[in-house]
Amino acid sequence: MGTVPGMVVVGGGECGARAAFALREAGWNGPLTLVGAEAVPPYERPPLSKSMMTGPHASAPATICDAEMLRNGGIDFIAGTTATDIDRDNHEVVLAHGRRIAYRRLLVATGATARPLPIPGAAADGVRYLRSHSDALALRDRLRPGARIGVIGGGFIGLELAASATLRGCAVTVVELAPRLMSRGTTPQIAAVVAARHERAGVDVRCGTGVARLERRDGATLLGLTTGETLLCDTVVAGIGAVPETALAHKAGLAVDNGVRVDTRLTTSDPDVFAAGDCCSWPHPLYGGRRIRLESWRNARDQGGAAARNMLGADEPFATVPWFWSDQYDLTLHIAGLPDAATTEVVRRRHDGVEIRFGLGPDGRLLTASAIGTESAAARDIRLAELLIARRATPHPTTLADPTVSLKALLRQEPH
Amino acid sequence: MSEWIAACAVDDIDPEDVIPFRHDGVDYAVYRSPQGEFFATAGHCTHERMPLCDGLVMDNTIECPKHNGRFDYTTGKAAGAPVLVDLRTFPVKIEDGTVHIGIG
Ligand SMILES: Cc1cc2nc3c(=O)[nH]c(=O)nc-3n(C[C@H](O)[C@H](O)[C@H](O)COP(=O)(O)OP(=O)(O)OC[C@H]3O[C@@H](n4cnc5c(N)ncnc54)[C@H](O)[C@@H]3O)c2cc1C
Ligand code: FES
Repeated sequence: MGTVPGMVVVGGGECGARAAFALREAGWNGPLTLVGAEAVPPYERPPLSKSMMTGPHASAPATICDAEMLRNGGIDFIAGTTATDIDRDNHEVVLAHGRRIAYRRLLVATGATARPLPIPGAAADGVRYLRSHSDALALRDRLRPGARIGVIGGGFIGLELAASATLRGCAVTVVELAPRLMSRGTTPQIAAVVAARHERAGVDVRCGTGVARLERRDGATLLGLTTGETLLCDTVVAGIGAVPETALAHKAGLAVDNGVRVDTRLTTSDPDVFAAGDCCSWPHPLYGGRRIRLESWRNARDQGGAAARNMLGADEPFATVPWFWSDQYDLTLHIAGLPDAATTEVVRRRHDGVEIRFGLGPDGRLLTASAIGTESAAARDIRLAELLIARRATPHPTTLADPTVSLKALLRQEPH
Repeated sequence: MSEWIAACAVDDIDPEDVIPFRHDGVDYAVYRSPQGEFFATAGHCTHERMPLCDGLVMDNTIECPKHNGRFDYTTGKAAGAPVLVDLRTFPVKIEDGTVHIGIG
């Protein structure tokens, strides 16, 4: 195309947008292109299941950056366009219309898509998903008072949606195959608090229950459950997880392993191609190099920033402690670290009633902490726990459990 | 010019910490630096209005509890994405062991 090859980011989500700005912050002055399949400027997904559903009116997406910020950042944003190929030999990205963009370094930040319900005919039978702003708008319209909403999957997105639909006056049933809610990602005690809160709000929570079949009946959908019961719903939403969007990477011959496979520098099997955010898996240095893939807002942001710096040669390992939050009703759940890595649990019962649950490894190292409380009540302690985890701290269980010893004091004792 | 309002006792805030203060329906955050100096800012983050009193104070910065946006609470300066708008600050004076903040 005659221009000098620049930095190219594919995927205009949380991660791609952050990476584009971080490239400028890190001093990149050359051409910078952000390619996004969605027609709108980058926006936040977390509000889609929360304020977008409960707010008084259907609203525009919560933009991460508008056209002016992109312009001021010197970012050439190509919206509504899918990248279909990476021509690695020629260092070019091929777009849907055939246009080619030369890259010096490329970032794949293609995110994830909602996992389709593995039941024949589910798509035809009007099962809905929640991943994009347009999904949210369509769904929002159906959350009328009294509407019967069936949520398949008791994970974070399904539960947030169940809470929002309940607040809108819908009659909600949540069907979860596992014996408890949020089995991937939280401790049983926190899941129990969440289940109780949903039941108190009137949600019919059915764990240990799967959906065997779906059938359209008089404009509604009949769910045939594995328990033999049936459930008639006006709207069915599946929240059974997300699959990494790896089509582009796979086609280009890049290694894929539960997401685009990258190393600790977020480099793919091609040293000029990086991947970050929900689409990638990487070996986490704090967890013995265990390969993980996260679907977390902050991880997407942080990895976008780190990938950008590494694209410019920073050689920075990505070892940020995983962190996630979820809002349901007046409750906010915070999780730092990897809950399933811990072998011992220590509970700190604060005087205000909030419980912080720590998880330690066999060597006594702090690996995870989680808590649930009203709004940001637990935020600070979880943040401090995150800093302790990052420093590979081995706090004594008795001290950890003692609410009179501040976590900040524990942090001060840690060598940097 | 300022109207001085008594916010709290000096001992109500630990060093390197923050507490909330509400006056006339307006929320403030009152800080004590590790060096023992007092400061006051608007009570909510300029990003999505989370209460800063639940955030973490480290040296001269307050970190927002929601998305970890950081501000220098001594100047109100926003440290960068996700927080792009500076935090409003208010003058503080100590009299007889009481922290007063200047509003208006
Ligand atoms: C409803 C909902 C609620 C959530 N709530 C929370 C929460 O409370 N807390 C939390 O921590 N996380 C939450 N998340 C997760 C968080 O939003 C994601 O982790 C984050 O959006 C990931 O960012 P990403 O940029 O990696 O991927 P995405 O946000 O998925 O962005 C990827 C973008 O790339 C585009 N794309 C894909 N392939 C191509 C291609 N070939 N060419 C061009 N563009 C392409 C996609 O269209 C998309 O716009 C939530 C997610 C959803 C859906
Ligand atoms: S609300 Fe404070 S950083 Fe977002």
